[in-house]
Amino acid sequence: MYYRTGPDGRVVNVQLPAPDAADTMRATHPEDAALVARLLTGDEAAFRSLVEQYHGRLLRLAQVFVGDRAAAEEVVQDTWLAVLTGLRAFEGRSGLKTWIFSILTNRAKTRGQRDKRVVTFSALLGPHAREEPPVPPSRFTASGRWSEPPEQWDDVTPERLLLQRETRALIDRTIAGLPDGQRAVVTLRDVEGLDAAEVCNILEISETNQRVLLHRARARIRSALEQHLRRR
Amino acid sequence: MLTCRQLTEVITDYLEGRMSIMDRLRFRAHIGMCRHCRAYLAQMKHTIGALGRLPPETIPPDVRDQLLARFRDWNR
Ligand SMILES: [Zn+2]
Repeated sequence: MYYRTGPDGRVVNVQLPAPDAADTMRATHPEDAALVARLLTGDEAAFRSLVEQYHGRLLRLAQVFVGDRAAAEEVVQDTWLAVLTGLRAFEGRSGLKTWIFSILTNRAKTRGQRDKRVVTFSALLGPHAREEPPVPPSRFTASGRWSEPPEQWDDVTPERLLLQRETRALIDRTIAGLPDGQRAVVTLRDVEGLDAAEVCNILEISETNQRVLLHRARARIRSALEQHLRRR
Repeated sequence: MLTCRQLTEVITDYLEGRMSIMDRLRFRAHIGMCRHCRAYLAQMKHTIGALGRLPPETIPPDVRDQLLARFRDWNR
């Protein structure tokens, strides 16, 4: 966008001819630009690494919107074909990851609706927002202090938590068992690393609802991990 | 005063940076003097950290080969 001062003294912007798409991309997402350039020349290794990098993540995302695994796999396949179709026109304003994710979420949502599995994430919050405390009230005294406090996870780090196959499986299982809204938000936010605004946009929920769903999902997963580590 | 129980209820607001400065100070003050809530906050941060490092499943070789074939067609 280019700005100049209008006749009345106010700043107005002037549409310049669209810059070359490749220029835009080089400026905003240099790594993506290099990758897209390789893909456009038919570099198979580039496509292979793209697919290997994103396939599992796309599958994880698709399952937020569509019920069964087979449908999610189809959505991911369709997404890759759409990526190929759209690649020559890709302008790189949003970055490759965001672009691929948005293709996937659009397709997954459409598919979810077709399968009559319409999940309106905002409706899932309901009027009982306060009825799910992050920690059971029985773990506090009447005055609100811990009576059964959490343990110090002295030797625990996120990396160490994930070293054990059972712990990974436990986290996966716990996420899979969450109510749809919580599962959607925690998958997008914490697992895939999207920011709050993107998640609100994709799920069409308010910022407050997003935060409440995230809060409950994290609380349940922490609690599952706590019980798991105690049992060891 | 913020109680331990209240702290567990507002922890996401804190981590998301959605707290007033006063509430934030109260939260920090509580964490400073309560080791149990420090442990709770640490557990929550480790949980979030682990979620962000969950490995996605790897693509099955046949699916990958199918996609590579589509890529060759596309490029023709
Ligand atoms: Zn406390």
